[in-house]
Amino acid sequence: MAKTKSTTTRATRTTAETPQVVAQPEANGQDKPGRLGVQKTYKLYIGGQFPRTESGRYYRLTSADGKLAANICRGSRKDFRNAVVAARSAFHGWSGRSHANRGQILYRIGEMLEGRKAQFVEELVQLGSTREQAENEVFAAIDRCIHYAGWCDKYQQIFSAVNPVASSHFNFSVLEPMGVVSAFAPEETGLLGLVSAILPAIAGGNTIVILASESRPTSAISFAEVVNSSDVPGGVVNILTGLRSELKGHFSTHMDVNAMIYCGNDPALSKELQINSVENIKRLRIWDHQDWSSSEAQSPYKILDLQETKTTWHPVGI
Amino acid sequence: MSEKKKKIHLDFNTEWEYAPAPESADHVQLKKQYELFINGKWVKPSSGKYFDTINPATEEKLASIAEANEKDVDLAVKAARNAYDKYWSKMSGAERGKYIFRIARMLQEKAREFAVIESMDGGKPIRESRDIDIPLAASHFFYYAGWADKLEYAFPNRNPGPLGVAGQITPWNFPLLMVAWKLAPALATGNTVVLKPAETTSLTALKLAELIQEADLPPGVVNVVTGYGATGAAIVNHPDVDKIAFTGSTAVGKIIQRAIAGTHKKVTLELGGKAANIIFEDAPLDQAVEGIINGIFFNQGHVCCAGSRLFVQEGVYDTVLRKLKDRMETLIVGDPLDKNTDVGAINSQDQLRTIQEYLKIGQKEGAEMYQSSCPVPKKGFWCRPTLFLHASQSHRIVQEEIFGPVLAVQTFRTVAEVIEKANNTPYGLSAGVWTDKGSKIFNMTTQMRAGVVWANTYNKFDPTSPFGGYKESGFGREGGLHGLQPYLKM
Amino acid sequence: MAKPIIANIPDSPPIDQVGVEERAARLSSRSIKKSSKVSALKLALSMIDLTTLEGSDTPGKVRQLCYKAAHLHDVFPGLPTVGAVCVYPNYVRIAKKELEGSGINVAAVATAFPSGNSTLQVKLDDTKYAVDEGADEIDMVISRGKFLAGEYNFVYDEIAAIKEACGKAHLKVILETGELSTYDNVRKASDIAMYAGGDFIKTSTGKISPAATLPVTLVMLEAIRDYYYKTGKMVGMKPAGGIRTAKQSLQYLVTLRETLGQAWMNNHWFRFGASSLANDILMQLVKEQTGVYQSLDYFSKD
Repeated sequence: MAKTKSTTTRATRTTAETPQVVAQPEANGQDKPGRLGVQKTYKLYIGGQFPRTESGRYYRLTSADGKLAANICRGSRKDFRNAVVAARSAFHGWSGRSHANRGQILYRIGEMLEGRKAQFVEELVQLGSTREQAENEVFAAIDRCIHYAGWCDKYQQIFSAVNPVASSHFNFSVLEPMGVVSAFAPEETGLLGLVSAILPAIAGGNTIVILASESRPTSAISFAEVVNSSDVPGGVVNILTGLRSELKGHFSTHMDVNAMIYCGNDPALSKELQINSVENIKRLRIWDHQDWSSSEAQSPYKILDLQETKTTWHPVGI
Repeated sequence: MSEKKKKIHLDFNTEWEYAPAPESADHVQLKKQYELFINGKWVKPSSGKYFDTINPATEEKLASIAEANEKDVDLAVKAARNAYDKYWSKMSGAERGKYIFRIARMLQEKAREFAVIESMDGGKPIRESRDIDIPLAASHFFYYAGWADKLEYAFPNRNPGPLGVAGQITPWNFPLLMVAWKLAPALATGNTVVLKPAETTSLTALKLAELIQEADLPPGVVNVVTGYGATGAAIVNHPDVDKIAFTGSTAVGKIIQRAIAGTHKKVTLELGGKAANIIFEDAPLDQAVEGIINGIFFNQGHVCCAGSRLFVQEGVYDTVLRKLKDRMETLIVGDPLDKNTDVGAINSQDQLRTIQEYLKIGQKEGAEMYQSSCPVPKKGFWCRPTLFLHASQSHRIVQEEIFGPVLAVQTFRTVAEVIEKANNTPYGLSAGVWTDKGSKIFNMTTQMRAGVVWANTYNKFDPTSPFGGYKESGFGREGGLHGLQPYLKM
Repeated sequence: MAKPIIANIPDSPPIDQVGVEERAARLSSRSIKKSSKVSALKLALSMIDLTTLEGSDTPGKVRQLCYKAAHLHDVFPGLPTVGAVCVYPNYVRIAKKELEGSGINVAAVATAFPSGNSTLQVKLDDTKYAVDEGADEIDMVISRGKFLAGEYNFVYDEIAAIKEACGKAHLKVILETGELSTYDNVRKASDIAMYAGGDFIKTSTGKISPAATLPVTLVMLEAIRDYYYKTGKMVGMKPAGGIRTAKQSLQYLVTLRETLGQAWMNNHWFRFGASSLANDILMQLVKEQTGVYQSLDYFSKD
């Protein structure tokens, strides 16, 4: 975590790489006549810290009314690299936590989200959701936290086995987390899709580096703030914003990433990620739900998707 | 006693020796030439090409084997698709199961014949093919047969169904057993199969096809296409194959994975390994030595989960090495068909060359090579049981899979050190831990990044026990309830 | 409860039951054929301690047994004699006389055989009596009750005292493995017996079931090997009780060969304690010679 700390103090740079011309920020958010609202800077979330991208680049996010919603960090391969380092160093501790403890922490995420639901609704509305849609999405995300919190100390019992081998051995198979997971969150839903990818990964003891929806990234960063205040150890959840097209190679080839989740259904991208993930036989999971609020998008089989099965033998004797 | 002054040394070159005890091969029925098994019939390869399969212990030809090309594979896939649509997917699980039970039973009836052929074709000792390979293969069929009508109980809240046509490519180290590991769950879950056995060891797969024919399975449910890598590639690339299951090298596994990227095909890979076998000071040392022997010399070390990296805690290093060397002196290397043979023939000339190359590399790297003093036959492919002492973590003989009877030996001092070294590999198939302390076992087995961990035992297999790796050792599990999943749509 | 450690004896390594039984099963699956079988069976005959240890023993019974020991099957030329005749102390003198000039040793069980439940003085007297009567070998029993209670020093001291009482006679220490319950205990008792001065270690009295088994023998042979590695001293091995067939004897010889090797492959270092084994071996030898399966009716009982 110390490694990523320095990036938080690095000054922002606008570079020649910046892809879009940036309009002058407007003074939106005047919630009371005569008072200028305070705008939020959306940063990355790496190793329990909120650094700006080391590259200093950003992309412009416009709200539904066409105004600037925020300047979003355009995370770089180095940000991703730092996030994987953070995720790797957090893995041993997180996977070693008791399952019950992980359940408590996931529940805590739900609690924190509940307390800040209004903010999330506003952010979604800002990016074009109707109030009802936004509320449904936020409620579903909260409920999903609670749902997976409950799974933390149960999935092992559903999917593990004592195997009745013929020889004098006690033989059992248990699930173990794969390790560090990289993920592309679904593009269409800013909050629900994101948590739908994060929760089964961390419920099962993995750590994750996830790239937020490119067009709906703000609730991802706000969610990072929720995670950060929910007893989740730094590095367990790392959230980046940026461009898929730029980061897809790194997310899928990194040799210290054990699995990747691709939430989407672009066949060309699927194929590219499949080919890239061969490098270290990364487990690629393609979750192509059309509707992330469906019950299909929430299942212990999602936890199972990110687990290895370990079988242990031991003689039975005296 | 007068022995006092003698050097402390055990002499296993005893006056009393075991006379040859060859397993009779006169009951074995082998054809001179084997065709392809497609749609329930034996058909000639469209290319008209055949290749020889030889006995690696004598270098004598056993039979000619048909070489399947794309056209043949296409016929096989069509047959499998037709059988899937017409019979196999329509049949009730219970009926399907009865066919598979029948295969298991018939295999038990012919077990000895299969064992002899396995040893002749692949070089493995008859003791192993008779006591391990063939009985385990039969019990795999028996185990999965019973799953066929119970699949909905295996995966709660799911309604599992078959994938369709499965292409299965099996290795040469456990020819029939690996075929059973693949066929049994595929058939039980309602898939039909196009199978390609390894080119050096096709015979038992072909004998199994004969058996399947006798068992009266609907035509096309199981098709066997023999050949080299190109035949395998034709299966992998065939658009109407829904599932690829492969056991073999990591390099080929990666080629397959790239080839099917962007297709609908599901895949399971069971690839290489470089397992750590860890001996603590408080281990049951004599049993640990057996575990070391069984870990690396079982099947000439042609075992993906072989315990090819030995870690001995420094306090017992001398003791363990003395015991190990003495034990190696009692290993009998030679005729695979002799009932007393412990280590048989290397599977092929190619593999022997690979192993010999590593023996050179190891010596060049500065590890100390030790081999047992046993005589080996002049003809055939042989390698004496070999240790590399004082190996280093950065040696190639420690990092790379040799797939032969070659063990790299390292020492360690602490639990933390050995876990770090054991996990310091791209592979993650298996591991062994030897200690008398229960809590240490659980600590160790939890921390090993490997799919199968043997504690105070090694190289044990059972149809109910899931097998498969972490990391570059592949993914998916074979065996047990977990072995159903790769063949099901859920 | 921490087990007390005996001075000057290294910790005995743990034994994994499943592992040692697997190894024994593998050794017993060796296939011994033809000339190899014949020479092994003759070797086995020479290793037999032909035994009678019944309450009903009489001088007549002992005399007959001694004749058999020296004349296993006279119609079959080239057979060895057995290694020893094993009797109770009060028959030593008779056996000694009967076996005079045969080169066959007389072994006596002593030390309140078979239970070993008596005072040290009684055991010493028992031993001295047998030695004075002319016993070449003494088969003592250890105090299993004391051993199981963890009083290892008691067991050690008792063996050492009996060893002293033996004088020139060889001491075989019977562990009575069937009462020790675990292979760990068998190993520990073996180590105590060897370090206390036993010349042989022996599995059983024959009065308790299970008596000798292949895995127990393997554990003891491995203990002998480790003692040899450490001290350079050879100790003999005697499985006793329950070994009735030629096939079993071959399995023991295979185990001996692959654990200790050439130096132990003779009756100075390995014995079978058995009463009915000899005739089964003889039947097998005749079968190998004639090709015809044999009947016990053609082989003298004693």
